[in-house]
Amino acid sequence: MTKVFCTGCGVVTPVGNTPEAVFLAVRAGRSALQLYPAQPEPYMASLLSREGFNGPSFFEHIAVEAARKAVAQAGLDPSGPRVGMVLSTIKGNVEQIDSEDVSLAAAAIRIAAKLGVTSKPVVVSNACISGLAALIQGMRMLRSGAYDHVIVVGAEVQSRFIVTGFQSLKALSLQACKPFDAARDGLNLGEAAAAMVLSTQNSLWELVDGAVRNDANHISGPSRTGEGSYNALKYLLPLVNREQLAFVNVHGTATRYNDEMEAIALDRAGLLDVPVNALKGIFGHTMGAAGILESIVSMQACDAGMVLPTQGFSELGVSRPVRVSAQEMPTNGTEFIKLLSGFGGVNGALLFRKGGAR
Amino acid sequence: MKHVSIPSGADLGALYRQVAGDYPKFFKMDVLSKLGFLLTEMLVADETDRFQPREDRAVLVFSREGCVANDRHYAASMADFPSPALFVYTLPNIVAGEIAIRNKYAGETSAYVLEKYDEEQLWALVREAFQDRCTQSAVVAWIDCPSDTVWQADAWLVSREEILK
Repeated sequence: MTKVFCTGCGVVTPVGNTPEAVFLAVRAGRSALQLYPAQPEPYMASLLSREGFNGPSFFEHIAVEAARKAVAQAGLDPSGPRVGMVLSTIKGNVEQIDSEDVSLAAAAIRIAAKLGVTSKPVVVSNACISGLAALIQGMRMLRSGAYDHVIVVGAEVQSRFIVTGFQSLKALSLQACKPFDAARDGLNLGEAAAAMVLSTQNSLWELVDGAVRNDANHISGPSRTGEGSYNALKYLLPLVNREQLAFVNVHGTATRYNDEMEAIALDRAGLLDVPVNALKGIFGHTMGAAGILESIVSMQACDAGMVLPTQGFSELGVSRPVRVSAQEMPTNGTEFIKLLSGFGGVNGALLFRKGGAR
Repeated sequence: MKHVSIPSGADLGALYRQVAGDYPKFFKMDVLSKLGFLLTEMLVADETDRFQPREDRAVLVFSREGCVANDRHYAASMADFPSPALFVYTLPNIVAGEIAIRNKYAGETSAYVLEKYDEEQLWALVREAFQDRCTQSAVVAWIDCPSDTVWQADAWLVSREEILK
């Protein structure tokens, strides 16, 4: 099977605009989470500054910014017929629903045009696993033989639409979120854009394989047996070099149910001895960007020989003895698994491996 | 491959009573999920062992408008009392989840948004989905509903052999 590599990364986040800066922020535990006033109640979130921006769509603006950085790092000419683009987002331009065509397809076409991509873009909108599902889609496009490079970009901006929705579900915490902690009481929303250029050209980081699996249980509650996450992990396990597995970077939204579900899935997959970390305590839940952003930070951590700390975690609050990293830990591992779950019962897992050309 | 469709504007309650009738959760769904649910009922009703849990069947849903019809309903509710029952349907992939729950499909479920119904692009994406070694068949649906009363709704049941031949 064709090997797929990451040849470029780009990020736009409230804590830094390069992968290196973001990595340092995570390492230092520096988040941009703060309480924003709103009616009927305030919300804690990690939001980007709009200062100096006056275009029609901030969402498209940050998606293009992140993708341009990834394209530049890859040294890619995006205009060729064998360059594809996958956009990952959940709600795109939804804040303009009363005035504009908010179709994600239209947004993807405008983003592709700004980047100079000439092939037809595809949008993957698979709830909170969209970023991982989009990376998996990019891998498949390369393996089909129709593309040499695929730009995978994920972005999310927050809006009253999303905030009030999560408030109505009582899913938000008013404090900085505490993934896997005994005192966790909900998630924080976040804004970011993140992009990877995937390529058949050899590079340091390989995307080995990934899977998407459904719990077939409930549209808004995670499986009590971790079914989908376990099945997604099970698909990858035969490909994992266990002695090289540095960590599993979990979804870790800090809701009671999500983190418990992930702990059960990790137990069933026989991964309780592997360090686990979550990054939502830094970025909040960046939705369509999360899978790509958290994978980029995880590659940085592995390159630096460390398992990053889980900001907000201090006392284990799930039923299985998961090895959540409270502090930074050294690792010699050269592989990691990225795990995500979302509404609609979807779960995704992707295996990354270091070892290609530098 | 088997193909079914639902004419735009059809009475979905009547169709539900005709092809299913035993799943009252249907009436809580948004129009996108209702269409996906009914299309799948029509596709798989006569399969033997239909409700046996399985991981080898994917659900791949395509549209241009995603869940915009329901998004507008949720946005309207925000002015008064934001409705969690509407909010949970403000995702284009919930329809795939509803199909998975009804039929106990534990395989891949994915939602894609395309500029238009583009046969070449859509079936290339379906072929690519079969790169998952576990997937042996898929419910493939094009469901585009800009409103509650106007739509295109087509679905196919495809096997690995049919797709990769």
